[in-house]
Amino acid sequence: MPDFARIYDVLVVGGGNAALCAAITARRAGASVILCEASPPPLRGGNSRHTRNLRALHPGPTQVLTDSYLEEEYWDDLNRVTGGKTNEDLARMCIRASQHAPDFLASCGVVFQPSLSGTLSLSRTNAFFLGGGKALVNALYREAAKLGIVALTDTEVQHIQVEDGHATEAIISHCGFPQRIRFKALVAACGGFQANRNWLREYWGDAADNFQIRGTPYAQGVVLKDLLAQGVQEVGDPTQFHAVANDARAPMEDGGLAMRLDCVPFSLVVNRNVERFYDEGEDVWPKRYAIWGRLIAQQPDQIALAVTDSKAVMNFLPSVYPPYKANSIAEIAAMAGFDTGKLEQVVAAFNAAVRPGTFKPMVPDDCTTEGLVPPKSHWARRIDTPPYYAYPLRPGITFTFLGLKVNEKARVLMADGKPSANMFASGEIMSGNILGQGYLAGFGMTLGTVFGRLAGEEAARHVRN
Amino acid sequence: MSATEMSKLDLLLQEATQIESDAYQDARRQMAVCNACRYCEGYCAVFPAMAARREFEKADLTHLANLCHNCKGCFHACQYAPPHAFGINIPATFAEIRQESYAEYAWPAGAGTLFARNGTLVAGLATLFVMLALVLSVAIKDPAVLFSAQTGTGAFFRIIPLWLINLLAGGSFLFAILAMTMGAIRYIRGTGGLGGSFQPAPAAEAAVDVLTLRNLGGGGHGCNDLDDSFAQHRRWLHQAMFYGFLLCFAATTTGAIYHHVFGWYSPHAFLSLPVQLGTWGGVLLCIGTAGLVWVKTVTDPAPVARRLMGGEYALLFLLFLIGATGLLLLAVRHTGAMGLMLALHFGLVLALFVTLPYSKMVHGIYRSLALLRNAREKRAA
Repeated sequence: MPDFARIYDVLVVGGGNAALCAAITARRAGASVILCEASPPPLRGGNSRHTRNLRALHPGPTQVLTDSYLEEEYWDDLNRVTGGKTNEDLARMCIRASQHAPDFLASCGVVFQPSLSGTLSLSRTNAFFLGGGKALVNALYREAAKLGIVALTDTEVQHIQVEDGHATEAIISHCGFPQRIRFKALVAACGGFQANRNWLREYWGDAADNFQIRGTPYAQGVVLKDLLAQGVQEVGDPTQFHAVANDARAPMEDGGLAMRLDCVPFSLVVNRNVERFYDEGEDVWPKRYAIWGRLIAQQPDQIALAVTDSKAVMNFLPSVYPPYKANSIAEIAAMAGFDTGKLEQVVAAFNAAVRPGTFKPMVPDDCTTEGLVPPKSHWARRIDTPPYYAYPLRPGITFTFLGLKVNEKARVLMADGKPSANMFASGEIMSGNILGQGYLAGFGMTLGTVFGRLAGEEAARHVRN
Repeated sequence: MSATEMSKLDLLLQEATQIESDAYQDARRQMAVCNACRYCEGYCAVFPAMAARREFEKADLTHLANLCHNCKGCFHACQYAPPHAFGINIPATFAEIRQESYAEYAWPAGAGTLFARNGTLVAGLATLFVMLALVLSVAIKDPAVLFSAQTGTGAFFRIIPLWLINLLAGGSFLFAILAMTMGAIRYIRGTGGLGGSFQPAPAAEAAVDVLTLRNLGGGGHGCNDLDDSFAQHRRWLHQAMFYGFLLCFAATTTGAIYHHVFGWYSPHAFLSLPVQLGTWGGVLLCIGTAGLVWVKTVTDPAPVARRLMGGEYALLFLLFLIGATGLLLLAVRHTGAMGLMLALHFGLVLALFVTLPYSKMVHGIYRSLALLRNAREKRAA
């Protein structure tokens, strides 16, 4: 039984990468640290359990990263995916600090590996965790235990008492029993609110019922809502999130990475009305996979169907569930419950618009359509070689961007613009500071590591003074 | 009907008559998730071999299961491990499949049932053969030899006559070799061959994999032997057991050569080759087996196929007892306890030889074949 009578230097709310990086950094700086993870031990780690890599600046090749990836290119990538909706100062600070993120994680026992197959060709920009995010989470918890951090699982923080921008104590449920934790500094690192369907409904209405929550079901946004209600400044568009094209047959929660479908650039995608709605081949998939969740979320019934043929089926990772497979487009449409006649027409119109080119699956090639609206800019090949394949798609939400406003020291800002005396934030709960919209593969873990370390450092510094 | 049509028909018939076990069906479901996830590619040979496939026929699953060294890295790293609904548990599922494949390819046909309650079988046979050795020594020779000090040339054979040792040990060992060879042939046929004709490079790679247990290195930092932390306990303990076993085997072989070729009869001096080989072999065998029992006892039980532990423990204990009685025999060979110890040791060795093709010992054969096939497939890809 943990000691709930004492006053801890730092309370870390959350149990994923952002929380653990903060806890470990604060503890290494000499603070006493207690961490509250809502999930039971096997599911600990929030969305970090489902991650695989982080995006890191590097001036030259490292053991796991090839070539170099410098600030300007990183910034350009981020600026492009967010459509300029970002905070350049915070973003550049994060980008510069990302250079040291892999070394910090390695110092906690996280092992990196050179990237292999099925990784969206990210070996230059992203450092991969050997075994993936759960292995990372395991390593961080081992390090936390070694350092003497009190890491509680099955522990939900329900309320933070805040007075004049100063947090004093937390009301928690520990293994189902109410408890109170007193502390000198707080790090909020407990994710977005994406698993709270009622909250999503406030912005999306009934459509929210069709959103698949890819990650942890524990991201209920309890502390986020609690702090926003107590005068912490809000940041980010509440309708914005990181979302991908998921298999429509996936579990509604916690389906993780394997439910994502990478077939889009090599397919034709139609909505429920059997109309194409976006350029499937706009750019390489690593730069486009994170917009498709939102695109599908905006379609009727939040469903889409990707149709392709036997030529393309080896160009993307296999799906967990077998695709619809038949020798005619009509049969495929019937299997998927889409209008047969319309799908035949759409495919015929698409095939007629395809211009000859040289197919190159990994780079933007010259296979394109002419006179088609919307166009398919790359990888457009006739869908004419049976068997045909189809994959049903739904939006898979990774995390929401609505969050707590922070400054460059990860310190939470109050609604009046003044920094909080002792509250800090890291990870998805403050992602909206940098991600106004869109997503860059591996940036979530970078954000968690960089701001986690900052938050831990600053919290420990606050306690020392 | 042409030959290919004939073989196709045979395959179809074979497929139709083979009702797949739960383990195979579950493994296929799990592979669908793993092949779309692939986070474990850095761990061992299984996952790159999986990634090279889209369909998982029974033969593919058998191959992958036998390629698996049960390091448990993939389990502890798995975002889909229980209590997740997908309940991915590759180490336990593959262990079940391995056991089923040992039974399926055991020779002669029908002998596979011996894998069903393997712990009881191995322990029972060990007990039986120890008793038999004791009774036979008493019955064939004078009961007094069991308790009186025997020294000088041929002392051992006054307890158990050489012809009986040769007949029982030699006979059961040769049968074991035959049965395991037939098992290997049946395995190769049943799992779709070895992926091509003989080439030196993949064979060398597979040999290195076997001799170094490279796949128990977890990509450099070790495996999840006990929990989610990384260590190489199992690798080094298995190496101790494996090389200890080989040294013991070398000791017996050298002893036989001394006897039959040079006419040098046992007992040999402590510093002689057979005794030295046997001593160090026995020490390593005891350390390895005792250590592996320790690992099994304290390891996180979640990725363990509990049903199979009986057979595994029984074999480890048998090997430990063989090592221990061998060392004790050396220690007491000039005393009145020698007779008893020799009978014990001989009985245990005999039990090992008899159970060799029907115990976990066969994993060495199938694992080696799987590594060889994998080394070839990698080059073909």
